[in-house]
Amino acid sequence: MAAAGTCGTGTRSTGSMVAAASTNNVTSFQRRGPRASGADSGCSRLVSIAGTRPSVRNGQLLVSTGLPALDQLLGGGLAVGTVLLIEEDKYNIYSPLLFKYFLAEGIVSGHALLVASAKEDPADILQKLPAPLIDDSYKKECDEDVCSHKMEPDIKMKIAWRYQLLPKMEAGPVSSSRFGHYYDISKRIPQELIETSKWHGFFLPEKISSAFNVESCSLTPGYMKLLQFIQNIIYKEGFDGSNPQKKQKNILRIGIQNLGSPLWGDDICCTENCDTSHSLTKFLYILRGLLRTSLSACIITMPTHLIQNKAVIARVTNLSDTVVGLESFIGSEKETNPLYKDYHGLIHIRQIPRLNNLIYDISDVKDLAFKLKKKLFTIESLLRAPTLFLPQVVSFARGCQRPS
Amino acid sequence: MFPELNNLLNTTPEGAEQGKLTLLCDAKTDGSFLVHHFLSFYLKANCKVCFVALVQSFSHYNMVGQKLGVSLTTARERGQLVVLEGLKSAVDIFFRPQEEPHPLQFLREANAGDLQPLYAFVRDALEPVDCGEAAWRCPVLLVDDLSVLLSLGVGPVAVLDFVHYCRATVCREWKGNVVALVHDSGDAEDEESDVLLNGLSHQSHLILRAEGLATGFCKDVHGQLRILWRRPLQPTTPRDRSLTYQYKIQDKSIFCCEPSSEPYSL
Repeated sequence: MAAAGTCGTGTRSTGSMVAAASTNNVTSFQRRGPRASGADSGCSRLVSIAGTRPSVRNGQLLVSTGLPALDQLLGGGLAVGTVLLIEEDKYNIYSPLLFKYFLAEGIVSGHALLVASAKEDPADILQKLPAPLIDDSYKKECDEDVCSHKMEPDIKMKIAWRYQLLPKMEAGPVSSSRFGHYYDISKRIPQELIETSKWHGFFLPEKISSAFNVESCSLTPGYMKLLQFIQNIIYKEGFDGSNPQKKQKNILRIGIQNLGSPLWGDDICCTENCDTSHSLTKFLYILRGLLRTSLSACIITMPTHLIQNKAVIARVTNLSDTVVGLESFIGSEKETNPLYKDYHGLIHIRQIPRLNNLIYDISDVKDLAFKLKKKLFTIESLLRAPTLFLPQVVSFARGCQRPS
Repeated sequence: MFPELNNLLNTTPEGAEQGKLTLLCDAKTDGSFLVHHFLSFYLKANCKVCFVALVQSFSHYNMVGQKLGVSLTTARERGQLVVLEGLKSAVDIFFRPQEEPHPLQFLREANAGDLQPLYAFVRDALEPVDCGEAAWRCPVLLVDDLSVLLSLGVGPVAVLDFVHYCRATVCREWKGNVVALVHDSGDAEDEESDVLLNGLSHQSHLILRAEGLATGFCKDVHGQLRILWRRPLQPTTPRDRSLTYQYKIQDKSIFCCEPSSEPYSL
């Protein structure tokens, strides 16, 4: 089919452009990939992974979180080999969206997925992912079709055309070499995309019902099984380069939902001094050890507002790399505050890691709020230029004369 | 190493003091730049360094070390540097159980007892061998950081015991130095962390405390550095001298200045 053909050449040319640009930059400084064990000779092979880009600051390999606005706030994206911790909002309405964006981005970029949940079946989670909005390769293909139009109607066509073209996406799998996509939350992801993607699911009630031979270790059985599952996938699929049979050139995106909630068998949200108080922190430490030695990135949503012991929250923050907190206005006094009337909540970037560097890219803007529109989740700065001054400025401009 | 910080501390790699416990502490900010400073400082001072790196991977420290002028891989090959990578070892211990004792084997156990295997590792790494070749100046133990041990289930008393044993061996017996980083949890009411921090503050000769500014985030000033000298080795110098500086971390250096008496203005 012509559409599929042009799509193919489109992605290939973009891909080779990316590779060419990167090889030019390799001479200026030694670009190290993530801490994968096979990464010493792997510079050239790592830059050709779809859906990733090297960081501007230190060549660290980055993946998109699925929200380009969040990528910008985190300094370009999420570094491969690190953990992104999302502190859930009070009623867990908005944090699942960030979780879904991350997974949807993985499917569109062609990454492998590992979805772990104690509440929902991973297959159901994947069904509910948002549909991606069109990407550039299809746009180029349609430009050829509408070449007879004039310039201005073209611009209008391009904007409206994004939504019109969605049904045409059924032609073949979408594999995009672009970094960061936009999604339409009101629509579900097309079934073909899920079927062509490689995903592994961990649903706790299924895994824990099997034989209960747990060696005495201070991790709760749920965490233990999850760690073993993750390590198994990383080793078998070759994401850490140690498997001689399989050389993987792809990223594994791990998503863990509601970690620390009582459904995982952890008491940390129920009591202040629980016996398994070190279970969660040990889990995070070992998980980070796994991530650092493989080509993977992980998103974890955690109901930190339920954790009774504040010390544990501080420790969990120290053990994660990037921490983003969501605070929704529902039920709080901020709901009636006129300053926040256009928004649904605040987003706090609590921690950004300094990787391979003494400094990091941190955004100057600290007051960030999010808004859930019908199709999109947007993050905006609360600081706006004062609009009160505008009328006076206009009258001044009218009143004064230009000096000759 | 940051030359500015050397000036503030009044030390040089050639004239580094021996037999000291230095405590690095951070509150509301990231104090890892101090760890990078001391690591490169002691490597440049030609000391034998045992680095217990529990927080980040070896390549991270290596890359920052290269910006500061030392190559950790070369030092490791030469035998000057011994590194225990916490993250990598944790994965090995957890998934591939080994028969021989590992310094971090408390990760496998339900009740983390004491840190004796870790102490044994440090002792073996830093033991002075007199085999006639170019000897290193003095042994140095650097730990990044001790608060992670609390998160992994080790009790604060066990960590204090470990530091005590290391001090007795490395500082007193072998006239070396011990440097450790601890996080101050501030108002997070972490009792274990407070016990550890207070105990170590009491024992240390030099405390460097990196604090976030009380007024919040600032682009030009990353934080405040408090330097406290305790237990001076000469009886004539005044006891417990302290200095405060504000710092800004740049790509390869740090810029320190006296805190201004006026409120900070743009």
